[in-house]
Amino acid sequence: MNSAGYEVCEVLSGQSFRCAEGQSVLQAMEAQGKRCVPVGCRGGGCGLCKVRVLGGDYRRGRMSCHHVPPELASQGLALACQVFPQSDLSIECLRRNGEGDKNNKMKQEVPS
Amino acid sequence: MKKGVMRPGHIQLRVLNLESALAHYRDLLGLIEVDRDDFGRVYLKAWTEVDKFSLVLREADEPGMDFMGFKVIDDECLVRLTQDLIDYGCLIETIPAGELRGCGRRVRFQAPSGHFFELYADKQYTGKWGVEEINPEAWPRNLQGMRAVRFDHALMYGDELPATHDLFTKVLGFYLAEQVLDEDGTRVAQFLSLSTKAHDVAFIHHPEKGRFHHVSFYLETWEDVLRAADLISMTDTSIDIGPTRHGLTHGKTIYFFDPSGNRNEVFCGGDYNYQDHKPVTWMAKDLGKAIFYHDRVLNERFLTVLT
Repeated sequence: MNSAGYEVCEVLSGQSFRCAEGQSVLQAMEAQGKRCVPVGCRGGGCGLCKVRVLGGDYRRGRMSCHHVPPELASQGLALACQVFPQSDLSIECLRRNGEGDKNNKMKQEVPS
Repeated sequence: MKKGVMRPGHIQLRVLNLESALAHYRDLLGLIEVDRDDFGRVYLKAWTEVDKFSLVLREADEPGMDFMGFKVIDDECLVRLTQDLIDYGCLIETIPAGELRGCGRRVRFQAPSGHFFELYADKQYTGKWGVEEINPEAWPRNLQGMRAVRFDHALMYGDELPATHDLFTKVLGFYLAEQVLDEDGTRVAQFLSLSTKAHDVAFIHHPEKGRFHHVSFYLETWEDVLRAADLISMTDTSIDIGPTRHGLTHGKTIYFFDPSGNRNEVFCGGDYNYQDHKPVTWMAKDLGKAIFYHDRVLNERFLTVLT
């Protein structure tokens, strides 16, 4: 990928990657072989890729209110598969503390 | 079918966006859109199904399954099973005829696993889609996508497997076709059937009640499963795993997601049972092979991505 698009940085892993206009954070991450956010359904439904957006502008796609209650959306809570950057973005993967996923062994991919 | 419950009849799924869901289930899976209602729900069926619909899509803020319905042989049976459910201790909700367009009165109950199921006796008989009733051709020539043959079964994740097994076998007449046991002999997965099919509904133990793992549609051949995989790639649909074979049921399968994250399966083949067959048992320590017969390793996503 060239330098077009926006820089997304996941703060816990320190990994960053480029995200093209119209591409979701998760799509961009997968396309560049990064693994700082777990990948589930990629459809805003399963909640596996839950992140907090710490800074930057972005557009939100539809995501399950089971995982992102509307009152928390304003605090930057989102599913990475439904986050479309409109500026450089810093995000924090919330996988370690996600509810309803206690038996997920992919958590080892997120350094603590 | 010992108690008159005949087969899976329908499933209502919640989707985040109706139009993208419709593009998925109609254009990719090849289901037929048959109706819409005042609640904005869309009704679909697979072409070989004789009743009006089997899949209902409802737009909502979270994906998942609203309920799964089983058809019973007649109204007398529905009345009897309603009383049996009440006697067993289930809370019953009766949904009047027509609430789903073309479907008769439905009796809804919640299984101990947290899932809602319903029984009904009547649904509009529209016949197989696209073929004549007399001297039917082999298949309609204008099917789309994967050309799904029928809604086959669904897999639920939830707790209280023993109580759920009890309800389904003792009250509703299902039998245990296949199971997974842990080292202590505790059943962690149960595949229940009404027929010679490998399963009509299945449950896997999960601490949270009422979660939905997948809805499954039948295809005829392995070639059809490979073709489905091609279509999944052509449409850039999110794939989960496959094409591969299951150890459990030995079906040949592929898993993928609808645009809202509900998991779908299309599969072919698989085991059959008659009344003299004993349940097939897999051990939990061999779950990798039981679920994915070739990789023999579990894809974590398969266990944890639920709606």
